[in-house]
Amino acid sequence: MTATFKIWRGDAKEGGFRDYATEVAEGMVVLDAVIQIQAAQARDLACRWNCKAGKCGSCSAEVNGIPKLMCMTRLSELPLEKPVTVEPMKTFPVIKDLVTDVSWNFRVKKKIKPFKPRLPDAPDGTWRMQQEDIDRVQEFRKCIECFLCQDVCHVLRDHQMHEKFIGPRFLIHVAALEMHPLDTEDRIEELRSTQGIGYCNITKCCTKVCPESIQITDNGIIPLKERVVDEFYDPLGWFWKGLKKLLNR
Amino acid sequence: MPDYETFEHDVLIIGAGGAGLRAAIEASAAGVRVGLVCKSLLGKAHTVMAEGGIAAALANVDERDNWKVHFADTMRGGQYVNQWRMAELHAKEAPDRVRELEAWGAVFDRTKDGRILQRHFGGHKYPRLAHVGDRTGLEMIRTLQDHGVHQGIDVHMEHTVLSLLKDGSRVVGAFGYERERGRFKIFGAKAVVLATGGIGRAYKITSNSWEYTGDGHALAYEAGAELIDMEFVQFHPTGMVWPPSVMGILVTEGVRGEGGILLNKDGKRFMFEAIPENYRAHTADDEEEGWRYCQGHKDARRPPELLTRDHVSRCIVREIKEGRGSPHGGVYLDISWIKQKMPNAAEHIKRKLPSMYHQFKQLADIDITEQPMEVGPTTHYIMGGVRVDPDTQMTRLPGLFAAGECAAGINGANRLGGNSLSDLLVFGKRAGEYAAKFARENQHGQINTNDIDSAAREALASFERSNGENPYAIQKDLQETMQNLVGIVRTETEMREALEKIGNFKTRAKKAAVTGNREYNPGWHTALDLKNLLTISEAITRAALDRKESRGAQFREDYPDKEERFSKVNTIMSKAADDSMQVRLEPLPEMPDDLKQIIEENR
Ligand code: SF4
Ligand code: SF4
Ligand code: FES
Repeated sequence: MTATFKIWRGDAKEGGFRDYATEVAEGMVVLDAVIQIQAAQARDLACRWNCKAGKCGSCSAEVNGIPKLMCMTRLSELPLEKPVTVEPMKTFPVIKDLVTDVSWNFRVKKKIKPFKPRLPDAPDGTWRMQQEDIDRVQEFRKCIECFLCQDVCHVLRDHQMHEKFIGPRFLIHVAALEMHPLDTEDRIEELRSTQGIGYCNITKCCTKVCPESIQITDNGIIPLKERVVDEFYDPLGWFWKGLKKLLNR
Repeated sequence: MPDYETFEHDVLIIGAGGAGLRAAIEASAAGVRVGLVCKSLLGKAHTVMAEGGIAAALANVDERDNWKVHFADTMRGGQYVNQWRMAELHAKEAPDRVRELEAWGAVFDRTKDGRILQRHFGGHKYPRLAHVGDRTGLEMIRTLQDHGVHQGIDVHMEHTVLSLLKDGSRVVGAFGYERERGRFKIFGAKAVVLATGGIGRAYKITSNSWEYTGDGHALAYEAGAELIDMEFVQFHPTGMVWPPSVMGILVTEGVRGEGGILLNKDGKRFMFEAIPENYRAHTADDEEEGWRYCQGHKDARRPPELLTRDHVSRCIVREIKEGRGSPHGGVYLDISWIKQKMPNAAEHIKRKLPSMYHQFKQLADIDITEQPMEVGPTTHYIMGGVRVDPDTQMTRLPGLFAAGECAAGINGANRLGGNSLSDLLVFGKRAGEYAAKFARENQHGQINTNDIDSAAREALASFERSNGENPYAIQKDLQETMQNLVGIVRTETEMREALEKIGNFKTRAKKAAVTGNREYNPGWHTALDLKNLLTISEAITRAALDRKESRGAQFREDYPDKEERFSKVNTIMSKAADDSMQVRLEPLPEMPDDLKQIIEENR
């Protein structure tokens, strides 16, 4: 069977959709079709991919308007009687075709205070942690940095607040650090100020697109928001913070 | 000479997987300026796909474990052609390298008393793999990446290196291009570390990504370093076989570590049939004992599914060849059967193997808690690579180091699962440390601009041919050739044929044509990658021809047995003065008595 793919071709200056017809077979994913088109019809069609198994987060794009990993989107899920549109993520500047400039994400991450563990628990320099105390952190650490949540978040996509808001990916990165049982750093002040957690109005669009099914909003952003509130508007919060610092000395 | 953008670093690291990142961290901690070049975005390297775990004798789960047992297991797995010194360093240092990841924020699964949990894996006597479900590689690369970016390392993402630059015999930098704009760059460095990973893209069915084109192997070879053990290519026994578009994608050995069994189309558990002599004493007598082993009973021995990968792959090929395969040309791997043994089996499987569950559900419509998977061998790893000094990881070229999969020696004829991630850490660290030392003791070298101009001209030639060949087509033909003629089962006639074909592909590659411009042009990138792919394909084939025996991952149908005369030699290759590829056999370094004794004690 032949299907038509409307793929966005162009660069930062100009571009538009172009139609490609290609043979499709059972079990194929969108990335297979794109690679097939690249090999046979459009050798210079730019796209990123590595693992083809939803593990590296390279192949993010918008398929029929929805942010997706191309390698995990089966053609059988799509109505093939109509052309399938494939276009680059909209929140980031286009470099060429399906490849966008996601370097902002790397700059944002670099500014987040790194992990700072407490002193080791055992004389051999190791720590003790219970599995139930790390389940949540492990959930956040499943993130493959596909940036699809950043792509869909209206604060970034529609309002272009890249300078004031770090986006859902990095909110859960902060959450993973803050909820890490060994960590002693405090990141609450910048969450409120430079990282702009207040801009998130809990629409949960990020959670819906996350290919790792991380509960970004419920398990990450909302608890962080609570911590910010506790710390800034609640004297008891100040007390706990002081105590935490003392205990970690 | 046209103006090329030039960067200067004390240490330049090529590749940002586990080994490259670990080297970068170490070098930068030693106080030198570090540059890191990688083909993809940071954090996307192949390490991210490693699933099972990091092998290290932490002895958290079984207190009988220690570095000596790990050393003996590694040597046995490698059929004793490993470089013993690397295997020794690796076994001794892996535990510290794992603990240090925890200090940098990695969150491993835990034992009941709160320590790092370890799981069983093929060829390891005790549960030894520190892991995070089945996404250990992601945890490792993210931890290194997040730790590394706060150390002031200059990262050049989406850059490809085309050649190493030399001043006399010394390596003094690299020449490459930025994929985004297609512009050439010069990287001057006092020391260069290759950490480029493997060669899987030379084969049609592979678990490796497009990046794995043997760059470090070929760059080192072209510059005058030696390659060793290139005949040993690991075919992982369990890759997906259906649907066709996912063929080759890895199914972690962790499935078997958690109790998964291999069955043929008649439902027979065929792995019990041919247990190799040197593993008989370590293998379960029956299914019950095998299951008890997976459940952590210390008196039980491993099920035959957890024998080494070379052996399991060959058994699977035998079943398929003799007509007992599954409908899509594989065999069955079943973990769902454990529901007979435990309540909540489905939950247990989803917790222990979440990404496998996800992968099969989404890509193949299979629920692994209910149905068996179909699997078959897939090109996964190359034991061979750049020859290095075991302690410093320096090649025979001053200033050139190599670590991780592109370096060789630790694994011998076959690598044990889990020994790769630990290898990346142990030798990544060492390469970083000694490269930094070399950089402190030496000045920048002279860069020869003529070399650069000719490399640039060569790189652009494919744009000038108007109706040459499609580079993708050449790559595909090469992959078919290597798959069919230099695969799991090899013969002299087929490999001679492969060599001839590789010669033809070289001619065709010189006529490859690309369309479009230099900006983010995958067709051009593919044309450039062909050179390295062809070099390493030739190296694999020549080395495999010269080892006229079957050992570990190399199986010769025309020489089906191990031969005494090959038991103490490595194949070494280097580029001769007339540009031809030279192969020679070289005796292994003599092992000291104390290590020999450790091997004897662990027979
Ligand atoms: S929940 Fe918050 S972070 Fe997520 S998409 Fe909505 S506004 Fe953005
Ligand atoms: S949180 Fe989910 S959607 Fe966002 S970057 Fe990570 S994996 Fe992608
Ligand atoms: S290619 Fe890795 S997530 Fe799609």
